[in-house]
Amino acid sequence: MPELIKVGMADYKVGKAPDTIISYGLGSCIGISLYDPQAKVGGLLHIMLPDSKQARASDNPAKFADTGMPLLLRDVLALGAVRSRLVAKMAGGAQMFAFANATDIMRVGARNAEAVKSILNEMNIRLLAEDVGGTYGRTVSINLENGSYKVKTINKGEKEI
Amino acid sequence: MSDELNLTPSQLDALREIGNVGAGNSATALSQIINRRIDMNVPKVALVPLDAVPDMVGGPDAIVVGVFLRVYGKAPGNILFLLPQKSAFYLVDTLMGRKHGQTQKLDFMDESALMEIGNILSGAYLNAFYTFTNLSMLPSIPALAMDMAGAILNVVLVQLGQMGDQALVIETEFLSEDDGISGHFFLVPDPGSLQTIISAVGVE
Repeated sequence: MPELIKVGMADYKVGKAPDTIISYGLGSCIGISLYDPQAKVGGLLHIMLPDSKQARASDNPAKFADTGMPLLLRDVLALGAVRSRLVAKMAGGAQMFAFANATDIMRVGARNAEAVKSILNEMNIRLLAEDVGGTYGRTVSINLENGSYKVKTINKGEKEI
Repeated sequence: MSDELNLTPSQLDALREIGNVGAGNSATALSQIINRRIDMNVPKVALVPLDAVPDMVGGPDAIVVGVFLRVYGKAPGNILFLLPQKSAFYLVDTLMGRKHGQTQKLDFMDESALMEIGNILSGAYLNAFYTFTNLSMLPSIPALAMDMAGAILNVVLVQLGQMGDQALVIETEFLSEDDGISGHFFLVPDPGSLQTIISAVGVE
């Protein structure tokens, strides 16, 4: 029986085929998946912020891109993924409310996306697909059977990246 | 968790009382606008893990309308007024003098009306806040979004996320007498504001 594994905000989960990992209602947050198509092993990380070094308290490493990504990588490898085969996909990073004088915190979605990209670059993991930005929320899921990453929205329908 | 979030029971009580009067003011304002009795519950004042906040309004993927206002002044923070989609449509029907069930999506005027409601509620709330604390605070121009609750709450939670893993929320639920409208009013002080508020209240 395929299971649906739920990931909360500032959390991550890993799993194997035929399971699907899902995270609901991302705004400026980003859902990053790592997947090994041969081993059919992968994981999903739901980050809130780009950088733990800019935060005053960082009890939860999964909240940040820079500390969450290494954890996700470690755990998919532990589950049997091979590093050189790993591919990444990501979605989220919206700006939910448009203010004329958008502060840094309002643009956090875009900064999240940039942070993830540069970390993937450092890790030498290929970003296969992305769906970031906009002004709407997303529910994202990765099917560990085939690596299909679904993005569901309220007004823009559902798509697969 | 940062140390300033350690509140004594009497400090929590004081915050609850402020929330109570603030929400009472807001409920009265809303009741006058729509000419219906509005009930409210005793405000919840709690430190909640960030990821548990979306569950307070029906889960991260529940469709809600959110009116967001930034609070400026001595104790800055955020206000978020969340209505389940159905409630928001019902409220718009009431405001616009339409038959209930007529609104199926929000046009520009509808959004503007809801933002004005958010504005009025926030003003009433912050007035009560001022009476208690002498901290003068002003709401920004409202912004509105209709989307998943988790995505909308992100806006508030991200700021808190930089400081810790928990949010102090002062939350009140509104319910109209005919059950057509229910809403959640959140006041989320910035982490640095909490100390200011507590000292202003003067409770040990």
